[in-house]
Amino acid sequence: MTQSDTHHPPQFTAAGFAEGVRVTLPALPGILAFGVAFGTIAAQKGLSFGEAMAMTTFVYAGMSQLIALQSWPGEFTLTVILSLALVTATVNLRLSLLTASLQPWFAPLPAWKSWPMLFLTTDLGWLLAMRYRDQGGTDYGFYAGSAILVWIAWGAVCIPGYLLGAWVSAPERFGLDVVMPVFFAAMLVPMWKGSRRAIPWLIGGGVALLVDWLVPGWWYLVTGALAGSIAGGFIHDQPE
Amino acid sequence: MTSPSDVADYGAYAAIAAMAVATVLMRLGGYWLMSQVKLTARVQRMLDALPGSVVLASVLPVVAKGGPVVMLAVVGAMLMMIARRNDFLAVATGMGIAALARGFGIGG
Repeated sequence: MTQSDTHHPPQFTAAGFAEGVRVTLPALPGILAFGVAFGTIAAQKGLSFGEAMAMTTFVYAGMSQLIALQSWPGEFTLTVILSLALVTATVNLRLSLLTASLQPWFAPLPAWKSWPMLFLTTDLGWLLAMRYRDQGGTDYGFYAGSAILVWIAWGAVCIPGYLLGAWVSAPERFGLDVVMPVFFAAMLVPMWKGSRRAIPWLIGGGVALLVDWLVPGWWYLVTGALAGSIAGGFIHDQPE
Repeated sequence: MTSPSDVADYGAYAAIAAMAVATVLMRLGGYWLMSQVKLTARVQRMLDALPGSVVLASVLPVVAKGGPVVMLAVVGAMLMMIARRNDFLAVATGMGIAALARGFGIGG
């Protein structure tokens, strides 16, 4: 767990940006299948093309987008709008944990640089950035390159996904509905650093299962992640 | 002149705007909160444990609810990831398994 020695403060370079794009490219198709699925389901739920694009561009959090579609209302009263915002907030509360973990790295940056990068935070971009940081990387360009690529690609694939919606009547027949859990599970493999490091993960997963069983809604996401993180704080690494 | 469909359109955009605001607050909120916290060794260990915890907390309940098809798809994708270390192949494998299993009439 030694950070590479940095005698100069972290920088924002074009080379870092290019590396972020290069590292993100092979991970892209997985997330894009997810984006296509969103477009398809949005079309089937009766969203206009503009609405689907606006949601995918500005909400920009795939899991919450799909969950909102599951119960997409036909009529929008103030209560309906507020409850959609609340569901979105509970699903995306998880994102606050991700940006919290970026804070020590982004702290030297002015807000006009750090805020746009925070807005573009996704599970994928964050997981790749954590891998990069683990290997000693410090260049902010890496994060920006990765984040901007995912944002543009995510918005772009919504278009064919939406058009596909007219033809694909049962997305689960093509396995589109399993893209999210499958992609997340695959990301676990490169994170593996021995069973001791996985104990907090299991605690997080176990708490999520329990909360999901006891509490309706999506509170299991953030409670599970928090429980795992707190457990990690109390489990000491073996002396190296 | 507003027809009912105009109101509905406006309402959908209002809902999307509300979702976007909620999400931005989450993205900026955690960052702001962390700027108020001292980065001790314990906090560092907490941050280190976060990625895997986020993944398992997201996936396990979905698998538990999804039944055998989702479980098969997830296990297949992880095995492919272990074998080839390729995100795309892993996701394609998982989707393929789910599509095939349902094609053979396995529920879930």
